[in-house]
Amino acid sequence: MTRLFALLAAMGAAWAVTTSLVHAQSGPLRIEITDGVVEPLPVAISPFVTGSLQEQALATSLVEVIKADLEGTGLFRSISPDAFVSPVTNFDSPVAYADWKVINAQALVTGELTQSGNRITVKFRLFDVFSEVPLGDGLSFSGTQADLRRVAHKVADAVYNRITGEAPYFDSRVVFVAETGPKNARQKRLAIMDYDGANVQNLTDGRDLVLAPRISRDAGRVLFTSYASGFPQIYEMSLGTLRARPLAEQPGTMTFSPRYSPDGRSILFSLSQRGNTDLYRLDLGSGTRTRLTTNASIETAPSFSPDGRQIVFESDRSGKPQLYVMPGNGGTPQRISRGPGRYGTPVWSPTGTHIAFTKQNQGRFHIGVMRPDGSEERLLTASFLDEAPTWAPNGRVLMFTREAPGANSAPQLFTVDITGRNLRPVSTQVAGSDAAWSPVLN
Amino acid sequence: MERMNWIADIFGLWARRCMALVALVMLAACAQNTPSGGAGDFAAGSVNDPSSPAYFQARVGDRVFFAVDKSDLSPEARTTLNAQAAWLMENTLYDAIIQGHTDERGTREYNLALGARRANSVFEYLILQGVPEGRLRTVSFGKERPQEACSSEACYAQNRRSVTLVASGTGV
Repeated sequence: MTRLFALLAAMGAAWAVTTSLVHAQSGPLRIEITDGVVEPLPVAISPFVTGSLQEQALATSLVEVIKADLEGTGLFRSISPDAFVSPVTNFDSPVAYADWKVINAQALVTGELTQSGNRITVKFRLFDVFSEVPLGDGLSFSGTQADLRRVAHKVADAVYNRITGEAPYFDSRVVFVAETGPKNARQKRLAIMDYDGANVQNLTDGRDLVLAPRISRDAGRVLFTSYASGFPQIYEMSLGTLRARPLAEQPGTMTFSPRYSPDGRSILFSLSQRGNTDLYRLDLGSGTRTRLTTNASIETAPSFSPDGRQIVFESDRSGKPQLYVMPGNGGTPQRISRGPGRYGTPVWSPTGTHIAFTKQNQGRFHIGVMRPDGSEERLLTASFLDEAPTWAPNGRVLMFTREAPGANSAPQLFTVDITGRNLRPVSTQVAGSDAAWSPVLN
Repeated sequence: MERMNWIADIFGLWARRCMALVALVMLAACAQNTPSGGAGDFAAGSVNDPSSPAYFQARVGDRVFFAVDKSDLSPEARTTLNAQAAWLMENTLYDAIIQGHTDERGTREYNLALGARRANSVFEYLILQGVPEGRLRTVSFGKERPQEACSSEACYAQNRRSVTLVASGTGV
């Protein structure tokens, strides 16, 4: 237990230390942090105990997902089962800690999968091998076979939460834009997938150009911009029925860049009229529309703070796009971005502690984070084109769009830790952009 | 019968324009078509039919270009838009949708707003030239519909544009 907490302390250090070499040692557990890279924690996931070949096949799939979740964080390394001395064969037997110590497993996951008709039940336990104690109580999840990946995400979420102390995020979904076709005639479809790129399902047929979806906190509704009318307009789709309805229609105007309020009862959006783009708020229940800005400059990309009291947005009132914060019902904005370059697409983190943004400077694009007052700005990525960050439900990871230069390039979704570590592509089968990450599912 | 009259009007208009306008594009069009004569060259709807959208696109010039992050009109753009305005005032059956576009060097949201600014610059200018506001509508595509797909200034310059699309009865 203490060693795992020592690891956590070191991960905390990685947060602050990005360029210096830190070498921490605590008993037999070595943690090396070089250029902000944490040596991943070795975890053994024992094959889950099963009673039939069919259960065994399901359990193998389950463990693969758990392993991918944990390794995908960059914080864990799954030890190959080939090294296991004696895999667990009885879920309730005492753990033979020595067998796991000898392969240097710091943590051990054991489990059992049983199937009854279409229903599966998964039990699991987590152990600190060197302290020889369980980490938390055993847990049990059940669902249909179709829920297998979700059950795996729930197990991995519990492991991640217990070892890092951070809130979970694996059992979540992402709405995004799936892109096909040539660059000058792209077909775009709204699509939804698991956070890791699995189970992609199209929500629109590609006939109309669609942009930048946002998902509600209950993960039941999606806001997006569609050119179905020939002009960009905001729509809301129910994920239950896949029916969409236009919001904020007004002849002669264009509306885009919508985002839900934390309670899901109103939205913020941009409206362009006579070439001027300003911010509005729309109450979804009453249809009441309130104008929040009246400047001749561009005001767009609004995002609420999690308490709904403030709005961060992008404006070029100073001559180039910068980030501003104003009260939730409008009022005097304060500029928060201070560095060189152009800032856009600010998104308040679910924990309220940070604002993620896109930055364009000296021909490069970056995803960055800053405090809501603009301090502690850090750029996490750099490429030809990075944009449109969205927060993982726990505020530790960002997903964003990256596109390479060239006529044949296509966008791809990536994730990166807010430490700047662990940059990796999301393995969607189609080109994807403009992700919106849901909260953790119930 | 109405249709016949309409085509006759077009020929009348064509003749007037060849005499009255000195724009190089027009001279080239006249020089190319007048000698060979033949009504076939003036088929309604073809690029040689001066009241056709095809003619508007190819001979009048349906697009103007913008500098990086700008929406103000260059002298070249104004020349093109003067010709667009003249065409629209002659061809009152047609309405126009003005598209605003950007290059790919910016965020999606900002580029939508920038495209709206560009489309509006053209909109305001055409109104100033006398085109009734009710026949015009603007739309921004931001960076979504580039003309050229490469990632260099040569393509970007072609993509930072507004395009005026004319069609009859668009109901704008």
